[in-house]
Amino acid sequence: MTAKQIVKLVLTGSLSPVDVVETYLDRAKKLNPKINAFITIAEEHARRSAEELEKRLKKGFPGKLIGVPIAVKDVISTKGIETTCASKILKGYVPPYDATVIRRLKAEGAIIIGKTNMDEFAMGSSTELSAYGPTRNPWNLERVVGGSSGGSGAAVAARMAPIALGSDTGGSIRCPASFCNIVGLKPTYGTVSRYGLISYACSLEQIGPMTVDVNDCALLMEVITGKDCFDSTMIDYKFKWTPREVKGLRMAVPKEFFGEGTDERVANRVWDIIKLLESHGAIYEEISFPLARYVLACYYIIAMSEASSNLARYDGVRYGPPCDLSLPWYDSYSKIRGEGFGIEVKRRIILGCFALSAGYYGRYYLKALKLRTMIRNHVLSILKSFDVIVTPTTPFPPFKIGERVEDPLALYMADVDTVVANLAGVPAISVPAGFIDGLPVGAQFMANHCCEDLLLTVAKCIQDETNFHTKVSKEVRL
Amino acid sequence: MSDIKVKIGLECHCQMTSLKTKLFCRCPADYRGKPPNTNVCPTCLGLPGSLPYLNRRAVEEAIKVALALNCKINRRMVFYRKNYFYPDLSKNFQISQYDYPLAVDGQVTINVNGTDKVIRIKRVHIEEDPGRIVYKGSIESSPYTLVDYNRMGIALLEVVTEPDMETPTEAKAFLQELRSILEHLDVSDGSLEGSMRCDANISIEGGSRVEIKNITSFKEVERALSYEIIRQRNLLRRGVQVKRETRHWDEVRRVTVALRAKEEEMDYRYFPEPDLVPIEIADEMIKKIKEQLPELPATRRIRLVKQYGLTEYEARVLTSDKHLADFFEKLVSIHGNPKIDCNLVINELLRLLNEKNIGVRDLKFTPLEVSELLRMVDEGTISWKSAKYVLRKMVETGEHPRKIVEIEGIRRIASIEEIEKYVDMVFEKYREDVEEALREPKVVHKLVGEVLKETKMLADPKITFQIVSKRIEKLRELKK
Ligand SMILES: [Zn+2]
Repeated sequence: MTAKQIVKLVLTGSLSPVDVVETYLDRAKKLNPKINAFITIAEEHARRSAEELEKRLKKGFPGKLIGVPIAVKDVISTKGIETTCASKILKGYVPPYDATVIRRLKAEGAIIIGKTNMDEFAMGSSTELSAYGPTRNPWNLERVVGGSSGGSGAAVAARMAPIALGSDTGGSIRCPASFCNIVGLKPTYGTVSRYGLISYACSLEQIGPMTVDVNDCALLMEVITGKDCFDSTMIDYKFKWTPREVKGLRMAVPKEFFGEGTDERVANRVWDIIKLLESHGAIYEEISFPLARYVLACYYIIAMSEASSNLARYDGVRYGPPCDLSLPWYDSYSKIRGEGFGIEVKRRIILGCFALSAGYYGRYYLKALKLRTMIRNHVLSILKSFDVIVTPTTPFPPFKIGERVEDPLALYMADVDTVVANLAGVPAISVPAGFIDGLPVGAQFMANHCCEDLLLTVAKCIQDETNFHTKVSKEVRL
Repeated sequence: MSDIKVKIGLECHCQMTSLKTKLFCRCPADYRGKPPNTNVCPTCLGLPGSLPYLNRRAVEEAIKVALALNCKINRRMVFYRKNYFYPDLSKNFQISQYDYPLAVDGQVTINVNGTDKVIRIKRVHIEEDPGRIVYKGSIESSPYTLVDYNRMGIALLEVVTEPDMETPTEAKAFLQELRSILEHLDVSDGSLEGSMRCDANISIEGGSRVEIKNITSFKEVERALSYEIIRQRNLLRRGVQVKRETRHWDEVRRVTVALRAKEEEMDYRYFPEPDLVPIEIADEMIKKIKEQLPELPATRRIRLVKQYGLTEYEARVLTSDKHLADFFEKLVSIHGNPKIDCNLVINELLRLLNEKNIGVRDLKFTPLEVSELLRMVDEGTISWKSAKYVLRKMVETGEHPRKIVEIEGIRRIASIEEIEKYVDMVFEKYREDVEEALREPKVVHKLVGEVLKETKMLADPKITFQIVSKRIEKLRELKK
């Protein structure tokens, strides 16, 4: 069932919010041991919210998402519900405040059903790097689900929640969306408030929707976008979408993202989609993106540098295991951080500190910032002559759990197609593009700043023509 | 030894106490006296996911200061993160400024012993105050450290000078002038505890630059610098090289102590704060603020000299403290005798304030009561000398001057008849002295003194002298 359908049924009185919540809670509780999509299933909170919504309905104050359960990535602060970022260091941390997006969701009648698994502090592309164990791909339990918003992707793919929120720093919404056969949108930087989103790399990340259906994606965007005085990096923007035809749509196809390093079968699926859109009147042109070879280096230097500073606050004094009073504070900090962070988080903090340190700042961080400006300018110049840029979402289909986890560089390669949108701040969407040996593949579309409506139009056309989104894995049948 | 050149530079941290809220959240800026960790929110606590959002008023206030310090204001200002671990920092980084600070290249003129001197200002920037570390007992005996984040995120203004000062006295004069400027601008109230702190760097010819941190009030600066100069001179005299290092001012023991090497070699890994956008400062805004700048100490001094006929020195003393100058001007407006009013304020009142270690605003009376006091002197009800005594009582008790005079029975004795009674008494008591006075005019003064003592110093000395002199003159003529 889509969120839209739930809202309709609740408004007509055919379903009560309590019925909806119980149904999804039941699925979530039964499937979670198998999938590990949720770190926390917020049973009590969800039930209480549903009951309150029934009262609200009687008073006649519905909302755009009335009675719709939503899975929320565990990187987004939820008042009264433990928020761990999949890290040991935040175990037991219960935020005393709601993120702005959560406040907006609640105001529109959505019900938080649980907090989803992820790579620790959103650092990863497979949701294997969680202190709570990996999330398994509903399409193949031996495979990764993508990351870092893997729990949200899996929850939606397994229909444990109709919709979910993820966060995307370098592809963290789109990668799991593509691995899960769902829609995932990373909005334009500055259109969704980051207040309450636990920072990994603040200049790159945005919260965004992960849904089965394109219409739900739009519905969720309507609720979560819009200015917030708590986030200074926001722009004036109000999301609005009216579906239209793709006729005349100009698509740029950068060949670097289809060539070496990209699984040919993945490239073919994306080409199928391009051809499909062409058959509806869109036109495409192959172009060159010579900066492609620098995007990962640029992205990782910036992300790690910001992370090294953002994660400094986890010192064991106010979160994490209690500090050792017998040690001087300095040593106690080291001990707690050493034990509380996972290996990848530590790696990124150390590399980030290095990139920012005196003598290296100019060579790494500053250079990465300059490169970022070049990449952004290049993307924007392409988007002067084209409406969208099409690439695979990831260069390969879901890989086996454990296959790449020992080799960080191989893992980082999963982000090669997605980081461009974060560096340029432009919106990007991953749309189901079919299957390879039963494993989902996604096509990615980027558009100019604030052109989310265009991306949804493209996605809607693909959805209507392919119906990939209606397919559900056998594994999650109850 | 004393002609060895000393160079002193200062880094002053002033809280913008007139702001209503903190720098990056909307918690009240007035944190003093609140129970620990109650004046906080997700942002100043640095809770996961919280973001800073700038208090724009702070930028306007800081621009006022930068203009008053004759600085060039950058049209584009950027906040940076200064990364270091310390328990009083809720995020383990401080939002501060680095490249593109608010303003650069200013100057302030100070005056020491009547000579003007220009101190150059290197930069002025805005940053957030850390929380406060609280020890149970003393640092040494405390089994643990407590942190109070009520102060975390208070807007600070950092003013950095070039090393243009050569003596601790000059440093003190600079800080006094800075404080007065901030008070004239109504940006910072220097009388609040911990509202103005500073670090100093000092180098003596032939040695390296030494930084002194943790000088928690402007008053301590002179002390810390004097200690450090003596320490460095002693080292040089013994032929020991002065190391480049950071030292800590121990207020209790009144010595500077070397910090551990680890903290010395700190790399702050500055980078632009990604959660805040660069602030564009429009010419229009600067123009508007400039037009609304209030009178500053330097111009006020000139006006005080012109308007009231004060000396340069008097004007300087008054304007070293905005509230003292305000008090004086209010007093003149009521009482209307600038010379006498100024004398009372800068000599009598200021001495009492220093003695009691309080500020003008701590007084429990206003210029109106002081004008009443002076009126009693004018009327001849009390002597100048008694007035000083009454003023002291006013400072101590806050009572109205007329009431003090009444209760304590203080009244000037000016009637000739009354004084003559006392003169009779004294002449009877000190016959020998009277005899001597006939031959030796100097002894007259002794007799006058005795009469004054008898009247408990209430008699008018001038009239008493006249009466005593006349008596002696008469006696002398009689003898002839
Ligand atoms: Zn606050």
